[in-house]
Amino acid sequence: MLLGKLTLDAIPYKEPIIVAALSGAGLLGLVVLALITKFGKWGYLWKEWLTSVDHKKIGVMYIVVAMIMLLRGFADALMMRTQLALATDGHLGVFPPEHYDQIFTAHGVIMIIFMAMPFMTGLMNIVVPLQIGARDVAFPFLNSLSFWLLVSAVILVNLSLGVGNFARTGWVAYPPLSELGFSPDVGVDYYTWALQISGIGTTLTAINFLVTIIKMRAPGMKLMQMPIFTWTCTWANVLIVASFPILTGALAMLSLDRYLDFHFFTAEAGGNAMMYLNLFWAWGHPEVYILVLPAFGIFSEVISTFSGKRLFGHTSMIIASGVISVLGFMVWLHHFFTMGSGADVNAFFGIATMVISVPTGVKLFNWLFTMYRGRIRFTPPVLWTLGFMVTFSIGGMTGVLMAVPGADFVLHNSLFLIAHFHNTIIGGAVFGYLAGFSYWFPKAFGFKLNEKLGKAAFWFWQSGFFFAFIPLYILGFLGMTRRLNHTNNPAWDPWLYLACVGAVLIACGIACQLLQLYVSVRDRKQNMDVTGDPWNGHTLEWSTSSPPPFYNFAVVPHVHDIDAFTDMKEKGVAYKVPQHYAPIHMPSNTATGVYIGGFTTLLGFALIWHIWWLAIVGLVGIIGAMLARAYDNNLDYYVQPDEIESIERAHFEQMGIDVDNYSERDAEKPRRGSRPTTTA
Amino acid sequence: MSTYVEHAHDAHDDHEHHDSGSQTVLGFWFYLMTDCILFATAFAAYAVLYRNVATGVSGKEIFELPYVMGETAALLLSSITYGFAMIAGYKGNKSAVLGWLAVTFACGAVFIGMEVNEFHHLIAEGHGPNVSAFLSSFFGLVGLHGLHVTAGLLWMTVMMIEVAKTGLTGRAMTRLNCLSLFWHFLDIVWICVFTVVYLKGAM
Repeated sequence: MLLGKLTLDAIPYKEPIIVAALSGAGLLGLVVLALITKFGKWGYLWKEWLTSVDHKKIGVMYIVVAMIMLLRGFADALMMRTQLALATDGHLGVFPPEHYDQIFTAHGVIMIIFMAMPFMTGLMNIVVPLQIGARDVAFPFLNSLSFWLLVSAVILVNLSLGVGNFARTGWVAYPPLSELGFSPDVGVDYYTWALQISGIGTTLTAINFLVTIIKMRAPGMKLMQMPIFTWTCTWANVLIVASFPILTGALAMLSLDRYLDFHFFTAEAGGNAMMYLNLFWAWGHPEVYILVLPAFGIFSEVISTFSGKRLFGHTSMIIASGVISVLGFMVWLHHFFTMGSGADVNAFFGIATMVISVPTGVKLFNWLFTMYRGRIRFTPPVLWTLGFMVTFSIGGMTGVLMAVPGADFVLHNSLFLIAHFHNTIIGGAVFGYLAGFSYWFPKAFGFKLNEKLGKAAFWFWQSGFFFAFIPLYILGFLGMTRRLNHTNNPAWDPWLYLACVGAVLIACGIACQLLQLYVSVRDRKQNMDVTGDPWNGHTLEWSTSSPPPFYNFAVVPHVHDIDAFTDMKEKGVAYKVPQHYAPIHMPSNTATGVYIGGFTTLLGFALIWHIWWLAIVGLVGIIGAMLARAYDNNLDYYVQPDEIESIERAHFEQMGIDVDNYSERDAEKPRRGSRPTTTA
Repeated sequence: MSTYVEHAHDAHDDHEHHDSGSQTVLGFWFYLMTDCILFATAFAAYAVLYRNVATGVSGKEIFELPYVMGETAALLLSSITYGFAMIAGYKGNKSAVLGWLAVTFACGAVFIGMEVNEFHHLIAEGHGPNVSAFLSSFFGLVGLHGLHVTAGLLWMTVMMIEVAKTGLTGRAMTRLNCLSLFWHFLDIVWICVFTVVYLKGAM
């Protein structure tokens, strides 16, 4: 009773593969903990990072989580490709079905919810407040809370590896398979509670950033002058606010079915499983635009900066993103044309789907025209962008192909579909985040990443992508369906082997990225970004130092144009030394987010295992912590001018500006390390 | 040079965190919109499932309109009294705020009490949510609203303690404002529940 459904049998100590994976991960964790202890960094970690409400640090932590989960999700991918390369011609391979099913479910859930979403949220956290000239987000504590809710969900998902099991339903968890009758163990409950908790965090983040963008833009910045990345994030946040509650509702109904014997989606007593599919994709389709729109924004920033030109069609880019957002809500049914809703309904959703390629095409041409007659610098972010344009176009075209209901009846649930959505999500979202990662890395840390290894990583990823997924298109045409754990068709074998080679190539790409991080940190002294503007950037995040001071801007800039920083450089006011500084009001750090995250983890774990007393402890803890925060009067403080002055003086001196003998003309001099402006 | 510094001065005030009442209210509006979509999801589920009575009862057999009318009256009344509390708040009349909040709380508690009583009766008579998809979606939708009202009552208790202890500070007024939005929002949702579930079901 005390432990609910939890017994010793829940620990898979008899499964050698899981035991090896767990002990490996556990060992790695212990090494990290030991290193932190050895260097006495616990206090620093707690004070400067874990309890921080600084959007830049929270953003960095989001990306750290995303990268760890990328490794975990990619390990799942490697296992799947290996299994399918081994289990041909009637061989059974390494993983039995009940384990393999958990692997592909975990892979999907982790990559979408715990890799792509935090990566996107992390970049948005670091960049958006800087781009709009704000000193923080509207609700700094809420931002920290969102992050810790994500961590809580991540802990639950990873816990399922060692305590109990994960869902075997695929990442969409369709009923009736996900109902208690067919999935009686805790796997689906891990899935639902992890998604619910991270979903609440995501919703809070979206609300937070919408208010930030509406209320906290630098004076003079009109909505249509906002940088394009901020705009695409705004659209993504609108989509989150409008779509995540649908997922919350659908998963809550599924949980009611599982916990209290309700009949929303069951096969008996009048339940309707197809309603789950409709609700799930009413969230799920906007979700892919939530992932890809910010990536489009990153490509726009990158291609404009490295072409040395203003983005072609800034306004049309904003409108196209809005059109994609609206249309994204009108196409959900194309995920299940085979439901059989009739020719008229299918035709509507098919055409609505194809229409999305119009605003997307507008974007593609805008990028091409931005490059046209530009002086393009082929840095790693640009390579990711060019790779994206080619790869994503193929993914878009196969998408239009599948939007034809007749074709979809043939391709539904085949590997063609798997190839298509990896084509758009890797080629669109992931390439975008990786471009953004190397583009804004110097802003976040003050030094550039190693270019050679960055380029190597790109080429491995790009070629690995084609090796891994073009065969899947072909396998789809050859009739192979998704979620098979072994095959018995010699015609498929060569393509399965090729796909495995592709996965290994991508693994080399990831290895290059890890090596790149190591080498770049080691050689950081040679690659310092002393000006804060390593790429001759156009937007306000480049106008402050790298890394920015915790208050972002000593003096809040005034905005008169799109590409506000280019405007400042052209007018010669980019590096003015202010005569004096005013005190800056800043939020204080707080550990409340960490505590609420901890209690939420307890609550989730207790709900999964039916340990009711622990659930009450978790819930009371959450409410208690929230009340304690609500009546805490120690929320903020003022940074005094002398502290600002000394921080700013150090930055100006680093750039070679003599603060004490400063004259007006100095502001116009090109700075050390920055190139002359070439904006057309 | 000088213009730059001067602008910086006024700009400074735009970014205060402690003067964030309007930001908080806007954020709360966005939250309410997410909540609205959550309710829309529950309504959609009800619309899809309300005919699927399986072996159980239909709405016509179990809904007692006069009883639900009483419930509805209690909740609508609580919206007016909350409005009086806010008016008293703007006038700075602390004891009137506390009085009206107490009346609002009482009305809300009556509503929740009647709803729990209704649920109890239905389950006791064998019309629980596990009987049919119709009853599942009914309990799901009405229960979701009831949970919200309960959370509102808890929040109201906290606010009464805050106002009693520290008075009508700017912070307290911002929070009362958010609770006001929440409370009226739940009223509007209830009108939809009453219309779509009870009125339509009893006809």
